[in-house]
Amino acid sequence: MKQFKRLIIPYFIWAIIILVIPLFLIALYAFTTEGNEVMTLSFTWGNFAKFLEATYLNVILKSFWLGLLTTFICLVLGYPLALIIARCSEKMQGLLIMLVTIPMWINMLLRTYAWMNLLSDNGIINNLLAKIGLGPINMMYTDFSVMLGLICNFMPFMIIPIHTSLNKMDKSLIEAAYDLGANRFQTFWKVIWKLSLPGVVNGIMMVFLLAISSFVIPKLLGGGQYMLIGNLIESQFISVGDWNFGSAISMILAVIILLSMSLMKRMDKEKGE
Amino acid sequence: MKKSTRFEKIYLGIVFLLMYLPVAVVIIFSFNESKLPVRLTGFSLQWYQKLFADRDMQEALVNSLILGAASCAVSAVIGTMGAVGLSRIHWKTKGALEYISILPLMIPEIILGMVLMAFFYMLNLPFGMLTLLIGHTVFCIPYILMEVKARLVGMDPSLEEAARDLGATSLRAFFDITLPLIMPAVASGSLLAFAMSMDDVVISIFINGPRLSTLPIKVYTQIKTGVTPEINALCTIMLAFTVLLLLVYSLVRKLYRKLR
Repeated sequence: MKQFKRLIIPYFIWAIIILVIPLFLIALYAFTTEGNEVMTLSFTWGNFAKFLEATYLNVILKSFWLGLLTTFICLVLGYPLALIIARCSEKMQGLLIMLVTIPMWINMLLRTYAWMNLLSDNGIINNLLAKIGLGPINMMYTDFSVMLGLICNFMPFMIIPIHTSLNKMDKSLIEAAYDLGANRFQTFWKVIWKLSLPGVVNGIMMVFLLAISSFVIPKLLGGGQYMLIGNLIESQFISVGDWNFGSAISMILAVIILLSMSLMKRMDKEKGE
Repeated sequence: MKKSTRFEKIYLGIVFLLMYLPVAVVIIFSFNESKLPVRLTGFSLQWYQKLFADRDMQEALVNSLILGAASCAVSAVIGTMGAVGLSRIHWKTKGALEYISILPLMIPEIILGMVLMAFFYMLNLPFGMLTLLIGHTVFCIPYILMEVKARLVGMDPSLEEAARDLGATSLRAFFDITLPLIMPAVASGSLLAFAMSMDDVVISIFINGPRLSTLPIKVYTQIKTGVTPEINALCTIMLAFTVLLLLVYSLVRKLYRKLR
């Protein structure tokens, strides 16, 4: 079995050149100023200081808030669904879980575009409303449409880990709780919820990560002017051309993600003890 | 455990309706005669005909297929070799390498996209097929590597040792024993990678260059202008393609289980 260690070499080289070096490069960009050359080595905190301007600070706060809200709604809607699925018969569970996973395979663009058909000003919903005499409601290009897109796109990522941990749970524990005189609420809160926490934490992390870094959904359902962190990064790199600032934003995004993940992990550990 | 109540059934129904109704609407209206996506006026294939006559669209499709196949092939080679190598080393760096192997799936796509863009720009690589190919390996390799690694973990190492004991050279033992055993995992991982490559928008937008466009990029630029029946038709075709890939994927998986 000691043979063929060398097979790793191409992968190793690929990982260093295509992943590690570029990631360091971005960190370097974030701390340097723009120059005539591709990169200068004059270090600065200026790219980060730029965030204290109200426009950029608002973008970050808004992304953070939308990400949290999306995650929360996905949890509130997804948990009961996972619970219902976990209580079905084995065969039914397979079918329902397949129904939950299929949308993950459908291109995200397509799923987002599908909502545009329904929500736009002369779209299907507004036409139905007009028939019963209600005026057109402006739904496209609002916080509502962006949230709807985010929630519908990322819901499966919440349901599946929760279902997995519910399914792994020893069912006799629930019966034991009932036998010992716990009512339905107590059984849920003290047994089912506690035991499903690892799945809940996984789901929250995945949905939050996806929601806070999303960029196609807010662009399509929120319109060209709608700005979340992802859109800000894209505009800095593609239209504005301030790569140093763009890199600084990505670093902040990465830090937000890492911090929230370690926070969730710690909470998970504390709860588990 | 017990039968679900009516309330539970309604709840399931509503959530699935939210997930599937919009997509169903796209499919239905792609066959609609009227240009306005509001009322069904009659069955028609005209939007599909228009789509197939579109030169740009054909070019984008060909680009996507070439890119998907190429990045999938390159990733299959590097990813499989990496997985085999990773299972056989006991360096201190092993943990770090394993961490790196899933890193691309953890980093938000938008960051990967811009990182690659800045990197290629620094190297003075002209943006085009080559940059797209390198960029797509970033997320294709981890999928293949993970599938093959999982397969290798479940494999009995004594099989290869037995072959060696029976006099096979190490090369022969590898090609006759190990490779055929991990092949199903390579195949299913590659299919997954192919599907991901055919679907990718975010990373591609950053590194495609001004002239080249893939199918998802084409869809993305067109969608920004609004809802049209042609895009409905295009999306329906892409959906059908995804379903087809999924079927092949599950078939490969089934085969793979039988081999176990």
